[in-house]
Amino acid sequence: MLASKMQLRRLILFAALFPLVLLFFYVVLRSGPLAPVEVTAVPVSTQVIQPALFGVGTVEARYSYQVGPTAAGRIKQLQVQVGDRVKAGQLLGEMDPVDLNDRLQAQQAAIKRAEANVQDAEARQRYAHAQAKRYGELLPLKATSEEIVSAKRQELQTADAALVAAREERSRLTSEYTGLCSQQGNLRLVAPVAGLVTLRGAEPGTTVVAGQTVVELIDPASVWINTRFDQIAANGLKAGLPARIELRSRKGTLLSGTIARIEPKADSITEEVLAKVLFARVPENLPPLGELAEVTVDLPPAAATLVLPNAALHRLDNRTGVWRVSKAGVEFVAVKPGATDLDGRVQILEGLQNGDRVVLYSAKALTRKSRIKLVEKLSVGRR
Amino acid sequence: MISLAGRDILHGWGKFVFTGAGLGLLLGVTLVMAGVYRGMVDDGMALLDNSGADLWVVQRDTLGPYAESSSINDDLYRGIRAMPGVAQAANITYLTMQVRKGQQDVRSMVVGVASGQVGAVPGWPTYLTAGRQMTRSHYEAVADLATGFRIGDQLDIRRNRYTVVGLTRRMVSSSGDPMVFIPLKDAQEAQFLKDNDAIWQGRRRTEANPTFNRPGVPGLLNAVQASQSSNPYVNAVLVTVKNGHDPTEVAAAIRRWKRLTVYSRTQMEEILVGKLIATSARQIGMFLVILALVSATIVAFIIYTLTMDKIREIAVLKLIGTRNRTIAAMIMQQSLALGIIGFAVGKISATFAAPYFPKYVLLVPIDSLIGFLVVLVICALASLVAIRMALQVDPAEAIGG
Repeated sequence: MLASKMQLRRLILFAALFPLVLLFFYVVLRSGPLAPVEVTAVPVSTQVIQPALFGVGTVEARYSYQVGPTAAGRIKQLQVQVGDRVKAGQLLGEMDPVDLNDRLQAQQAAIKRAEANVQDAEARQRYAHAQAKRYGELLPLKATSEEIVSAKRQELQTADAALVAAREERSRLTSEYTGLCSQQGNLRLVAPVAGLVTLRGAEPGTTVVAGQTVVELIDPASVWINTRFDQIAANGLKAGLPARIELRSRKGTLLSGTIARIEPKADSITEEVLAKVLFARVPENLPPLGELAEVTVDLPPAAATLVLPNAALHRLDNRTGVWRVSKAGVEFVAVKPGATDLDGRVQILEGLQNGDRVVLYSAKALTRKSRIKLVEKLSVGRR
Repeated sequence: MISLAGRDILHGWGKFVFTGAGLGLLLGVTLVMAGVYRGMVDDGMALLDNSGADLWVVQRDTLGPYAESSSINDDLYRGIRAMPGVAQAANITYLTMQVRKGQQDVRSMVVGVASGQVGAVPGWPTYLTAGRQMTRSHYEAVADLATGFRIGDQLDIRRNRYTVVGLTRRMVSSSGDPMVFIPLKDAQEAQFLKDNDAIWQGRRRTEANPTFNRPGVPGLLNAVQASQSSNPYVNAVLVTVKNGHDPTEVAAAIRRWKRLTVYSRTQMEEILVGKLIATSARQIGMFLVILALVSATIVAFIIYTLTMDKIREIAVLKLIGTRNRTIAAMIMQQSLALGIIGFAVGKISATFAAPYFPKYVLLVPIDSLIGFLVVLVICALASLVAIRMALQVDPAEAIGG
């Protein structure tokens, strides 16, 4: 009786302690460094990937025109506002002529005086010519002296020279007049092409220096995107490739375009390649210049090769490789990665066979000694 | 020969097991406390492991980039890469900030990683638990699981919105903040570019400065303002050393010729453990000592009361001529058994409780082993007091009073 009671107690005690012991060993083996690392694996397979490049850029105008005076002066009037569409040859504004008209009148008067001088010189030259001729005919008849004839010929030469001088003076003044007239023409600020006014740099009454921009025009049809691609991921970029453009203000709307050109000069400071991307059709409501845009360029599909997700690539001892699942656990295999697409798939050029299984995700960093436990999905919580 | 201790435990097994469990919970707290310390150190080590670097090149005479702020030009890495023995050199930025997702925000360390082939550039998350690594040079992010973000979430970091494309695990800063990896160029912008109001105000300040806004020099103001809105700085350059080269020699060469400060892995560990978490570690160490003392006292007290409870039985044993050794062994065995049960319960409860702590708790087997030995020693010592009491008991008490 006593013995059986004791036995019952012993049973109960063991019943209480047994789970404790089990739990203890479970805890020791399944947590901490002794525990196997949960991993998921993917097979290496042959696939065709479509590499793509991603860059950001700003909307810019290919052609922009800075209209301003050719000489320093004051603005008399400006007829256009920012946002106006103008036609080629349309008057945009005018500079104040200040004293230009008075100088033109003075110049006209000077020309008239020069004409009179020419007439005077012509009359003198005609007279001198006649005199020289007359005395020249008298000399063979011994009706005059050799000295007088020489004097008359010298007078003729002087009269010829005076006439040339008068004529040149007239043409100088005429040219000066033409110059002033064209300056008067330059006072008119005229649109060189049809376009959109993007800047009104100064207001009437402002004095501007020669060459300062008063009105800026752009050609709206020439709007393109100055795109920057990281040099490290710009392999294969060339003119003519199709591109998808997403403007920052129109998230979700993809516009199509093409690469117009790759700039021959890259930015050495930011390590970016610059490319100009043209819209296939410039949007109706023009995006503001300077707006940020994301550009995705689709490269031609690469030849079918072994492909892996980029999460499978790791680095160990300065070598890029993958953890291949083997019978013993995992082994690190160095691979040579190739092109990659924007969905994170990487070509594997060397190092793996079709059908090899490699570790994709792991619950912690793997080492050569890691014990692994293959699962469908990692059971990691929030840490 | 029958085991007296076993018989006695069987006799009062409920009391015994529950005392052991209670003691176990106390030991569990002690183990967790040790785990908290280990977790802090491990956070620092994880930070170093995850960077994948052998050397850290930082601003001269700073303890950067983790313990102090450091800022160097982002084109310095090219010169460093050309140094003999350097395999890889990559820029990196660190910025601890609140990362917003909709209404909620999470304290994280935003890491800007240099672009390049995955698996070739140090600084990238070393492994993922879901999703993929970043492929675009802008507006993508890989987040640590502890941020609570999921793949496809949209995060706001300063001026831009990022899409979470991958998740990783145990990528934390030295203070345990989960990391969010974003492309370097975006991170440089996030570190430097202010909000719109600040930018506008800055432009107006420049405009108001007669030195930068001269009427005779059109274009000067624009040039000055353009120069003010770029950030050619990063926090550090991560360097990996070619196989066969000595990191300390490579570090010395960079220090000498590039005139920058370089830390090796050991030096970085010293900085992180010895400087960054030193006070918190000592704080926890103090707690650990107090907890160990409290546990020892309680164990001694429990054994003493358990012995005192059966002092009459011990007197009977003595009366029937049981040898002192047998009685001492009984008490000692009971004490050790209590310690073993307590330790098992403690280990189990600590392991199951650890994941629920807000910061990382790392239970190291060596800590458990040391803990186990210490518990046994404490139990043995505690039983000595009880044994002394038991041996001093007068057999007459069995029949008397």
